[in-house]
Amino acid sequence: MTRIYKHRLFWPAIALLALLLACTIKRPDILGISVLDGHLFGAPIDILRNSSPLLLVAVGMTLVIATRGIDLSVGATVAISGAVALTFIASSANPGSAGTAVGAVIVALGLCLILGAFNGVLVANFGIQPIVATLILMTAGRGVAMLITNGQITTVNSAPFSKLASGYVLGLPVAAIIAYGVFAVVALVVRRTALGMLLEAVGINPEASRLSGVKSRTLVFTVYVLCGLLSGLAGLIFAGNTMAADANNAGLFIELDAILAVVIGGTSLAGGKFNLAGTMIGVLIITTLSLAVTVLGVSPLVTSLFKAIVVIAVTLMMSTRLRAMLGSLRERRRYQEVGA
Amino acid sequence: MKRQTFLRTGLATLSIAAMAAMSACAGSDSSGSEGGGSGSETITIGFSQVGAESGWRAANTKDIQDTLTEENGFKLSFSDAQQKQENQIQALRSYIAQGVDVLAFSPVVETGWDAVLQEAKSANIPVILTDRAVDTTDDTLFASFIGSDFIEEGQRAGDWVVENLDKDLKVVELQGTTGSAPAIDRKEGFGKAIEGTDIEIIDSQTGDFTRAGGKQVMEGFLNSHDDIDLVFAHNDDMGLGAIEAIEAAGKKPGEDIKIVTIDAVKDGMQALVDGKINYIVECNPLLGEDLAEIAKKVVAGESVEKRIVVEDAAFTQDEAAEVLADRTY
Repeated sequence: MTRIYKHRLFWPAIALLALLLACTIKRPDILGISVLDGHLFGAPIDILRNSSPLLLVAVGMTLVIATRGIDLSVGATVAISGAVALTFIASSANPGSAGTAVGAVIVALGLCLILGAFNGVLVANFGIQPIVATLILMTAGRGVAMLITNGQITTVNSAPFSKLASGYVLGLPVAAIIAYGVFAVVALVVRRTALGMLLEAVGINPEASRLSGVKSRTLVFTVYVLCGLLSGLAGLIFAGNTMAADANNAGLFIELDAILAVVIGGTSLAGGKFNLAGTMIGVLIITTLSLAVTVLGVSPLVTSLFKAIVVIAVTLMMSTRLRAMLGSLRERRRYQEVGA
Repeated sequence: MKRQTFLRTGLATLSIAAMAAMSACAGSDSSGSEGGGSGSETITIGFSQVGAESGWRAANTKDIQDTLTEENGFKLSFSDAQQKQENQIQALRSYIAQGVDVLAFSPVVETGWDAVLQEAKSANIPVILTDRAVDTTDDTLFASFIGSDFIEEGQRAGDWVVENLDKDLKVVELQGTTGSAPAIDRKEGFGKAIEGTDIEIIDSQTGDFTRAGGKQVMEGFLNSHDDIDLVFAHNDDMGLGAIEAIEAAGKKPGEDIKIVTIDAVKDGMQALVDGKINYIVECNPLLGEDLAEIAKKVVAGESVEKRIVVEDAAFTQDEAAEVLADRTY
């Protein structure tokens, strides 16, 4: 029992359950799933689907943070990806065809790969501090996206492309299948090969790991490229969700949400040990929080405050030092009682 | 070591050159405007737009840029505040520093403008508000406010609902950006119209005037209420987001759940014609003409009206089908 209690994912998991419980109390049948037009429908499915872009970004962010880095440019990459894809579709001769949609996806992901490589080169080859290196793209990226969309919100109609975000396969949302599929593949690759260990080694001590033969530069470069690519994928889902490329608002502050998800999941910002499962729980907490705001009827005026309170509660619960302090307080009281 | 120093010097030179090039562009721009401002008829006007958050805003931006052209006697400096008040204040300050003839802007939120407007007043630069008002005790701070009457818009939407739909309705409301004039006023107007009827707003949440916001909030509403009859969205884009959420929930927008919105941009009108939206109150984005006229008057020292209400139309599904082809936005 105490071992479960001490597991580092115990408290985040409790927080997630508490949020779901709060929604259930307000509305008992909220977690019900029904079948509708041959696909599953209900709040849990909405949570899975809405969490997809954030999960993709957060997976990339986890690996970057594991190498002692950080990527602030993910939100801008999300915006660029959507802008490129929809502009490509809008300017093609046949917007509704599947070929156009595939072309848009390839072009957008290709560009995001290059953006990730740009970050990677700055950090790995030129040794610029990650927070500064990625700040460049964070600031410039939305401008690039605005340039691509001409400052307008580009809207297109392309049934195949919108399937990315709103479609269903085997009754499950396509977006969720992509995101959770990517999550599974990444988790498998880093945990079943030595890759994960090498990443942690780079994060704990880059110099020592380089001296012991780890190609730390290549590794660091690769995680930034992967982070860019996953953000691009998230951007496609984001754009497909409304079929509108909004350069100002797409993925706004998603970098903060992603970092938050990583931290809630128990990965240290100081690099080293990382926990992908924890990141997933963090992502689910953040997405459920948005749903809870609507279900619980929190006033729009205090929405941010409500979210902040939940987040601080989760992080405080996870703090081992706070728990130790509370523990010693309890001990002391017991001691005093015995003494009296 | 030497090579590194050389490289650094090279990079530094390059960046200085780049900066010089950029400022040169800006320089030519401002010198042009100064020449216009002092001597000839050209009026320099600094305009700070809210952002590009919706189709309406895009149409509004385009109209202003197309009307305030050099042929019409204007030199327009345009900036996009990306929905942040501090960006807008910064833009206004830089326009004041450049010494433009007229300042114009659509305030992101209603409050917090007194300081910067006071600066404009001290510099003797008249200010024209477009589309959205500011909340200030001192109304000498701006010359004129051109825009629609948002309370009226909300009320017209409410009136149509009261007159044309069932008497007993459960309504969810998708609010605009919290604290913005259209969100506050449209809510008030709609509330006024349905007062005393059995129509009830059962839930209300902000969707930030964006499609993604409208969709996500609507999903939440659909999960927490079974009995929604009507969606009142403060703009078309949120309504369009709601349509997607309603369709995903297996219901028919416009029939199972009726939708009433405000704005009448192209995508919204198309959805109205397609029967997915039931009624749209127009919010006319074509403010360029009025802005040009008022700007000319204030520069000439003529008196102008403090409040200029822009003419708004409203459309049912049949009316929309007739006018759709002729609309410019």
